[in-house]
Formats: sequence, structure tokens, C-alpha cells
Amino acid sequence: MSATDVVSPAAASAIEAARRPRRFGALYVAEHQIRAMRAYGWTIVIGGVGSPLVYLLGIGLGLAAFLDAPVADGPDGPVRYLVFVAPALLATAATTVPTEEFTYTVMAGFKWRRIFWGMNASPLAPHQIVGGLVLAAMARMLFTAVAYAGLMLAFGAVGRPWAAAVLPFVGVLGGLAFGLPLLAFSASLKDDAGQFAAVQRFVFTPMFLFSGTFYPLDTLPQWLAWIGWISPLWHASELGRWVSYGAPMSGATIAAHLGILAGMTAAGWVLARRTFVARMRG
Amino acid sequence: MPEPVISATGLTKHYGDLVAVDGIDIEVAPGESFGLLGPNGAGKSTTMRMVGAVSTRTAGELRVLGLDPDTHGPEIRARLGVVPQEDNLDTELRVRDNLIVYGRYFGIPRAVCAQRADELLTFAQLEEKAKVKVDDLSGGMKRRLTIARALVNDPLVLMLDEPTTGLDPQARHVLWDRLFRLKERGTTLVLTTHYMDEAEQLCDRLVVVDHGRIMAEGSPAELIRQYSSREVVELRFGASRNESAAEQIAGLGDRIEILPDRVLVYAADGEAVLEQVSRLGLHPTTSLVRRSSLEDVFLRLTGRSLIE
Ligand SMILES: Nc1ncnc2c1ncn2[C@@H]1O[C@H](COP(=O)(O)OP(=O)(O)OP(=O)(O)O)[C@@H](O)[C@H]1O
Ligand SMILES: [Mg+2]
Repeated sequence: MSATDVVSPAAASAIEAARRPRRFGALYVAEHQIRAMRAYGWTIVIGGVGSPLVYLLGIGLGLAAFLDAPVADGPDGPVRYLVFVAPALLATAATTVPTEEFTYTVMAGFKWRRIFWGMNASPLAPHQIVGGLVLAAMARMLFTAVAYAGLMLAFGAVGRPWAAAVLPFVGVLGGLAFGLPLLAFSASLKDDAGQFAAVQRFVFTPMFLFSGTFYPLDTLPQWLAWIGWISPLWHASELGRWVSYGAPMSGATIAAHLGILAGMTAAGWVLARRTFVARMRG
Repeated sequence: MPEPVISATGLTKHYGDLVAVDGIDIEVAPGESFGLLGPNGAGKSTTMRMVGAVSTRTAGELRVLGLDPDTHGPEIRARLGVVPQEDNLDTELRVRDNLIVYGRYFGIPRAVCAQRADELLTFAQLEEKAKVKVDDLSGGMKRRLTIARALVNDPLVLMLDEPTTGLDPQARHVLWDRLFRLKERGTTLVLTTHYMDEAEQLCDRLVVVDHGRIMAEGSPAELIRQYSSREVVELRFGASRNESAAEQIAGLGDRIEILPDRVLVYAADGEAVLEQVSRLGLHPTTSLVRRSSLEDVFLRLTGRSLIE
């Protein structure tokens, strides 16, 4: 409807009232989601700080002391094991967030708490609900990744100190590339009959173990290495290594890692959005 | 005449092969209390969702506040208040926070939300519960909170889908009283119900819906006048004898309806019918003369009871 159309006072007031929600709707949803996270805020903080502490201590003081053979090279020769592993651990930590925020939270919104239906009856549009969920999860991923990067810095686990400022964004990108397709999947479920536990067991864990997290991917035989190639975690880890200590990588490889992560994020976004719209406008 | 707040012609919704709403025409004027009365599965909620701009219509014309929900969903929803059939309060937030968070969806500044939340808690008689978790409220309180939440944007139209289903009589009366107040203030109410007393109490005008179609339309009194007699005599002869007794009294009153547990005789003068029944030598185990209600209208229109 163009501005020149004559509309009734009721219609005019509706058009006015929808201005802000149309523009900022996703932020309002994120606001609500972040408020809801406060209920388990301690889990987030302890998980965000405690888990890197445990890994960095365990690997830095234990495993790395025990490994003699260098596993990877930087531009100036072999890098310490901790430096090699840490960017992948950070990416893993960011990728863990969607296994909660884009699974159980989504089922709760549609079914257990039904709050998405409340949002749906307000001026918010389904794609704004998706946007708000993504923003809130990004905030949590960023918190987790920043905490990780800070501790990495403290443990001397970054090759170049400034990398600690860039690594969190690599982590968030990895988290989104894994998370958004998962979000689309979760939104398509009417019920949780164990699918989320299955994702954890048969998708997340193998991805974590076979994405070149603890050793270079080319150590694996071809018939297992493909898991790494399609794994957002591997692409994010490799990018993280390039950022952290300048792992040798061609420009084309870097572009491929970035492109695949961006592609998975975009595809997940389109699918998630479509699934939400179909479900909420049926 | 003022522009209608809702106008629908041939409004239709299909779910696959199922026709949930089958071409209904409705028009609701500002300030009116309009009801959709119908049994389970009649298509009431589906109609409410299309009007509420959350369900895309399959066919027909629909304007809400003069706007088309297909193109102006957010605009329409910005000025509507919605009380859904199934509560969807955020059970993990406290009562007052539910109102504030919901107000934010409309882009209302936080301070304004807080002030409105307090006013609405007073209106819903929930001031004392402000800090309580939603889970700890009774069913009636939750319903009142849902209504309060629906008012947070100061809506032009309040849509209530079965506002009192599942509540005890006391809680229903408290709720009706609140809705009456809104009606007096001039809020347009659109409600669905399968309680005829609720429709009689709250609706200026209503449509009786069955199988997605409108069977009749009018004010409660008009509908009763048109489709029923002034009074009804309810006679119970015991399940096995109802049929045979009904044959004997055929011809009494305007019309007879035989239900599994009782026989209904529709007549202007119920007492006169009762006398005739006893003159015929029939002795029902119980008998009762009452005024006609929308239940009778429904029975007449569909051959079925409203509540199964
Ligand atoms: N999302 C849906 N998908 C498929 N069928 C649906 C959907 N929603 C409603 N229906 C069907 O449409 C018909 C009308 O349902 P609706 O919920 O509108 O009825 P109602 O009058 O509100 O009933 P009730 O009094 O039980 O709430 C029913 O047959 C129902 O099963
Ligand atoms: Mg319904």
C-alpha cells in the first residue's frame, strides 16, 4: 500500500504501530531469549570458562608434555601441540552452543513452553523469530569464544597475540555453519523422540573426533577424512590455525574454508526461515 | 456506518483435503461483541487464526482494520489482542515479566511496558501475584493473565478463543466480569465458545458455525426467537421409554426433539404442555420447564448437541 492511498484511521494506526516491530523485531526476540538464558546463566558462565580451563590445562600440562613429535608447522617451523589444538577447541566450544540453543530451545518454543506461538500472534514475523534466536545464540557463542580466546592468551596458546581478537569470530562462524542447518532440522520436528540425543551422539561427537581437532586431518585414511571435509568444525579449525599461528595455507584454501562456512550458514538460514514460515503461517 | 473492523467474504481454509473453513461471510463493527458458536472441529480457531493474520487463507476476501492480512500481517497484529485457545505464557518468567516481555514485541518502550504491566495486573486482579512464577497460578489466573497480556498493546480488537473452557464456574464468572468491563469501554470483542451461556452473556451478535459453515446469524435473542420456541419442556421417562412416550405426545407444542436421555418439547407455554402430558396419563420421572437457549437453536440447526 503506497503512502498516497487513503486509509481509515484504524489502518493508519496499525501501519504506525507496526513500524518499530517491522524494523527491530528480531532484536526483541533476542532480548527475550537472552533474558531466558539468565535462568541457566551459571551453566553458561561455568561452561564457558571452566571447559577451556580443563582442556587447556589437561592438554598444555599433560598431553603436550608427553608428545615429542611435532604434529604441525607454522611459518617458522613446528608449533607446540597446545598451539595447534587450541583454535580447534575454541571452534568446538562455539559449535557446542547450537547443540543446546538450536535444539531443545526450539522444541521448547514450539511445543513445551509454546512461546513462539505467543510471539507469532504479535507483530513479529516468523523470519524475525528465527533472526532473534540466531542473534541470541550468537551472543552466547561469542561469550564462550571470547572466554576461550582470553584463556588461550593466558596459556600462551595463540601463535600471535592479536589473533585472540579474531579467533572468536572464526568460532562464531563455525558455530553458525553447524548451527543453522541444525536449527532448520529442529524446527521441522513436531516432537523430540530422541532426535536431539542422536544428533549429539551421531553427528556432533563424530564431527568432534574426526575433524582434525587433535591431529591433522590428513593423518586419517581417506574413508574417514571425508567427515572432516564436510564438517564445519574442520573448516573453522583450519581457519583458526591460520589466524592463530599462520598455518601455511594457500589463498584458495582460505577462500574455500570461508566459502563453505558461509554457504552452510546461508543454506541453513534459508531452510530455517522457510521451515518457520511454513509452520507458523499454515 | 463506520468501516467494519473485520470483513470476510467466502473465507476458506483447506488443510490438504480437509476443508476446515468453508466459505464464511462475517462483518464485525467497531465496539461490537461478536461470537462464533460451534462444536469441536467447527473451524472456529482456524477462522480466528486467519483473522489474527497468522494463518494464510486458502480463498476468499478478508480485511482486518481495513487491511489485507496477506500483505499487512504485522500491521494488523500490532493492533490486535489475542487470547489463544491454549495458553502460551512464558512459564519460566514471573507474572509481571510476562507482560513486559510481550509488550516489547510491539516495540513499546520498556518503561511504558512496566507501567502498563502494573495497570493490567490491577485490571486482571493479579497485583498480588506480580512476582509469582506463571506455573504457580491457577487455571483461571493464567487465563486472566493471558487476557491482560493481550491488552498490553491497547488493541482495537480483542480476539478470544474459548476464553473460559476448562474453568470452574466461579473462575468463569470472574472472567466474564472482566470481559464485560472491556465491552463497556468499547473494546471490540471477537470470541469463540461452545458454551451457549457464555455466548448469551457476552455477544451482541453471533454466528452459529458447523463444519466450517455459518448455519445462522443474529443476536442471541433473535436466534432463539427464530429457531426455537419461548419455552422448552424437558421430560425424562427413562432411557427405554423415551421413544414410546414421544410417540404419544407427538403433536404437543411446536416441535419435539428426542435425545438419548430425554425428550424436549418446544412450546410457547411450557406449563400448558406439562398439563397435557399428565392428561394423557404419562408420568415422566422428572420434568422441567425452562426458557429456550442457544443450545436449542444449535440442536435445531444441526441435529446435534453443542457439547458432546
Ligand atoms: N494445523 C492444522 N492442520 C491440519 N488440520 C487442522 C489444523 N488446524 C485445524 N485443523 C482441522 O481443521 C478443523 C477445524 O479445526 P478448528 O481448530 O478450527 O476447530 P474449532 O472449531 O476451533 O474446534 P475446537 O472447539 O475443538 O477448538 C478440524 O477438523 C481440525 O482437525
Ligand atoms: Mg478451537
